[in-house]
Amino acid sequence: MIAVIDYGMGNIFSIRNALEKVGAEVKIITQPKELDNADGIIIPGVGSFGNAMEQLLPCEEKITSAIEDGIPFLGICLGIQILFERSQESPESGFGIIKGEVIRLPDNVLVPQMGWNELNIKKAAGILEGIENGDFFYFVHSYHCVPEDKNGVIATTEYGTEVVAVINQDNIYAVQFHPEKSGEKGLLLLKNFLMNIKC
Amino acid sequence: MLAKRIIPCLDCDLGVPGGRVVKGIEFKQIRYAGIPWELAEKYYLDGADEIVFLDITASGDRRETMVNVIKKTSKNVFIPLTVGGGIKSIEDARTVFNSGADKVTINTAAIKNPELMNQIANRYGSQACVVAIDAKRRYEPDEGREIVKTPDGDCWFECSIYGGRKFTGIDAIAWAKEAEERGAGDILLTSMDRDGTYDGFDIELTKAISERVKIPVIASGGCGNPSHILEVFQKTKAQAALAASIFHYGEYKIGDVKGYLKERGIHVRL
Repeated sequence: MIAVIDYGMGNIFSIRNALEKVGAEVKIITQPKELDNADGIIIPGVGSFGNAMEQLLPCEEKITSAIEDGIPFLGICLGIQILFERSQESPESGFGIIKGEVIRLPDNVLVPQMGWNELNIKKAAGILEGIENGDFFYFVHSYHCVPEDKNGVIATTEYGTEVVAVINQDNIYAVQFHPEKSGEKGLLLLKNFLMNIKC
Repeated sequence: MLAKRIIPCLDCDLGVPGGRVVKGIEFKQIRYAGIPWELAEKYYLDGADEIVFLDITASGDRRETMVNVIKKTSKNVFIPLTVGGGIKSIEDARTVFNSGADKVTINTAAIKNPELMNQIANRYGSQACVVAIDAKRRYEPDEGREIVKTPDGDCWFECSIYGGRKFTGIDAIAWAKEAEERGAGDILLTSMDRDGTYDGFDIELTKAISERVKIPVIASGGCGNPSHILEVFQKTKAQAALAASIFHYGEYKIGDVKGYLKERGIHVRL
């Protein structure tokens, strides 16, 4: 069972529909204890960093320990950003699972970035199986992630600067775009994530 | 670099059981085109970048029908879904978001209650708030208007509401700027003079507004063939083009149109 954490931020139906389309058994959860039986965890979401951290606080311990236990984790959009230590958007701390910070997109482009942009693949990884350099994904965001260690960066996109698009460190997967809104390639990425799940 | 978007628009008559897609000509005559979620899925598979549903039902309570259309569509369509027509309040917006829509588009309600734009943008983000402007050329001189030069003479553009049935006296260029200030994420700009005519987009209208706002403008009204889309991308700053009839009746496939644009140097997602 894939647990999708519903913390009141954004369109949870899309991610559920997309996961079900690629064959996942999905449970939308709101309580930390419901994470106990999860074979995989997904944090989706749009909205502000501080607000998200506030809503996720009751789940933080369960999520971090599940990640330490090797449960596959996928963060989407705001769900990639909250893995970092801090964000320029809000004073609240992030999970700090990935070292680094989240900063505002540069002034030379329209913010938010909103639309279809191309992936520049930096490294081969299972999560991008079947996805090619230059494939388009759907982005909606005003802030972007700057990890201290670039080794986990699997793909980027160009938007005023080089923007981290996909991160993979062990069982942690995180994407800045919305795979659930990125057409067939987005579904493929979700399917690749499911390949990590033992059921 | 962001790709230019191609957006099929499905005008839905929800007054019949289940709803159906129709297309009007110059906002009037109606022709049947198909079942909403079936057509939406076909366009998704053909490479649409986004789908717009507009409820054009004349009267009666059809919210439940629209909720059903959105739910059915979002099970099989994995691109942004925009819904408009008859959204009057933040509660109406919530209903469509909770059914699976990603964006709402508002026109009449925005003009009657501009604060609604701020409310939607603050609660759901600018990307979720599309302001639709239905604009008509006015060649009669009028003080205080933003005048645009066209091959047919100088004109200004007037906003209409209620699906083109009522004119407001509001200048479309000034209104687009206000929508941007209030947090709209896109402007869906329809030329009432061109809608359903197949004569091509109103280039002067689209150029005037897309050069005066920083948010993306979706050009709409008048698309009759792929060269019209090429023209609007070459001559204006429109970020997206919306079309209905050319896709509904099988004259052109979205993938073919995008191929045509790409060959001519337009950055599109294939």
